[in-house]
Amino acid sequence: MSKQYETVIGLEVHVELATKTKIFCSCSTAFGSAPNTHTCPVCTGMPGSLPVLNKQVVEYAMAVGVATNCQINQYSKFDRKNYFYPDNPQNYQISQLYLPICHDGGIEIETENGKKTIGIHEIHMEEDAGKLVHDDWEEVSLVDYNRSGVPLIEIVSEPDMRSAEEVIAYLDKLRMIIQYLGASDCKMQEGSMRADVNLSVREVGAKEFGTRTEMKNIGSFKAIARAIEAETARQIDLIESGEKVVQETRRWNDEQGYSYAMRSKEDAQDYRYFPEPDLVPIVISDEWLQQVKDNQPELRDEKLKRYQEEFGLPEYDAQILTSVKKLADVFEATTELCKKPKKVSNWLMGETMRLLKEHDMDPEDIKFSPINLAKVIELTEAGTINSSVAKDVFEKVFSEDIDPDKYVEEKGLKTVNDEGALRETIEKIIQDNPQSVEDYRNGKEKAIGFLVGQTMKAMKGKANPGMVNKILKELL
Amino acid sequence: MANVISDETMGYVGILAKLELSEEEKQAAKKDMESMLDYIDKLNELDTSKVEPMSHVFPVKNVFREDVVENGDGGEATLANAPEKRDRAFVVPKTVDQ
Repeated sequence: MSKQYETVIGLEVHVELATKTKIFCSCSTAFGSAPNTHTCPVCTGMPGSLPVLNKQVVEYAMAVGVATNCQINQYSKFDRKNYFYPDNPQNYQISQLYLPICHDGGIEIETENGKKTIGIHEIHMEEDAGKLVHDDWEEVSLVDYNRSGVPLIEIVSEPDMRSAEEVIAYLDKLRMIIQYLGASDCKMQEGSMRADVNLSVREVGAKEFGTRTEMKNIGSFKAIARAIEAETARQIDLIESGEKVVQETRRWNDEQGYSYAMRSKEDAQDYRYFPEPDLVPIVISDEWLQQVKDNQPELRDEKLKRYQEEFGLPEYDAQILTSVKKLADVFEATTELCKKPKKVSNWLMGETMRLLKEHDMDPEDIKFSPINLAKVIELTEAGTINSSVAKDVFEKVFSEDIDPDKYVEEKGLKTVNDEGALRETIEKIIQDNPQSVEDYRNGKEKAIGFLVGQTMKAMKGKANPGMVNKILKELL
Repeated sequence: MANVISDETMGYVGILAKLELSEEEKQAAKKDMESMLDYIDKLNELDTSKVEPMSHVFPVKNVFREDVVENGDGGEATLANAPEKRDRAFVVPKTVDQ
């Protein structure tokens, strides 16, 4: 390949909002119910039904807009996007085309070459569609409208990204902002965050964009990275062999690692948008906008700074703790209780992360109470239990959220600080291990480690290691 | 009649509307659509450059619901009209994008 190419990427990110009810009716948004449980005439498109907008949807959309430095359209409207598909009972989706609620924003990401701003063209509100389950044996599909009418925001970026790494950084940043706002849990694997990738290639230095393709609904960061790589290569191949890139929608098959064109000419993308007559305009007063701004919680970048300044944590700790809101919440609640930020940080970054990995869990799945982690820290700091016992106790806290005070008491895990008993044990260890004793006396410092180990074993792990060391040295 | 709808446009509108029209129906629909466009063209007789596009007849704004669940299990009512159902779901001809 003689020519140098550049990939140009823009994203459309759909985020399911964390409201209790759907966008236009008071059906529940709860996940995992039997098909069509959460349905009513509105979300199944019955003639004559009237949609009424959920106020919380507007507030979440505004909050995300403010947090991504967007302008808020204080006069906003809904439009109908017309298309036929069985997941869409009305034969149109209520969305926003002409006056979306937010526009012209952007967020900063970290790249190899420093900070870079990715522009946000607009954010609009819309409704989700139902779910189709395809029957493996018969030529039928089953339709479940529980998701029909669940509120979404679609965040449309500018074509500002140039690599899969930038795309991931942008998505990650968006995810964190929205999670911190509490506007969505943004779980890609559960479909509450989905991305469509618009991609074109051009020769480095070219001013015009190439013809772009769109890849729909890619479900994980890894799949997005793979899809971008494959689509870039496919388009460069076409150009190099003198063919043209066709503007089309493609579906990425992550298992097979290739994409295919999705829509035929029969399914022309002509949505014939028109203003939604059933919904009145949204007028956002200065006061309302100010109220949303005043209620913005502390976001990740601010926390990152504060953890270093207020708690004196290293940047590395602060980065990890703030990377998922749940971790930051547990950190703050636990620190509030025990006032030992660095210890809390160590427990979260060390043992907690290790156990999460071992159980194949995400930080969002943490179930233990901050008070119980605080107790483990206090028991350890007070010397009531030693660090290896503490790890065992914490494992119980992690899996069953037990009360460490009670558990240590009941299981008799307290460190033996009774010097007399310890001295007796150590004397016996010295008697039983003359070789190690001799080695130590001949200058082999390491030999003492073996004797400490033997003592701990004899004490079933409950001895205070500092004290064991001290007595051993004394007796030797 | 000033507006003319081509056969091509007619075919395209048919595809979008998922309608299969007979030749007679096509000609009739064409005539209807042409006269509708002519009717709308009357607006061009007026200067509307200073008029805001109107999407609603009534001066109403900000009609909201609070985010409170009020609807219970609507499954049975929803499926009452289903021509075919199975496992509490509508049965439709297989739809796969490929």
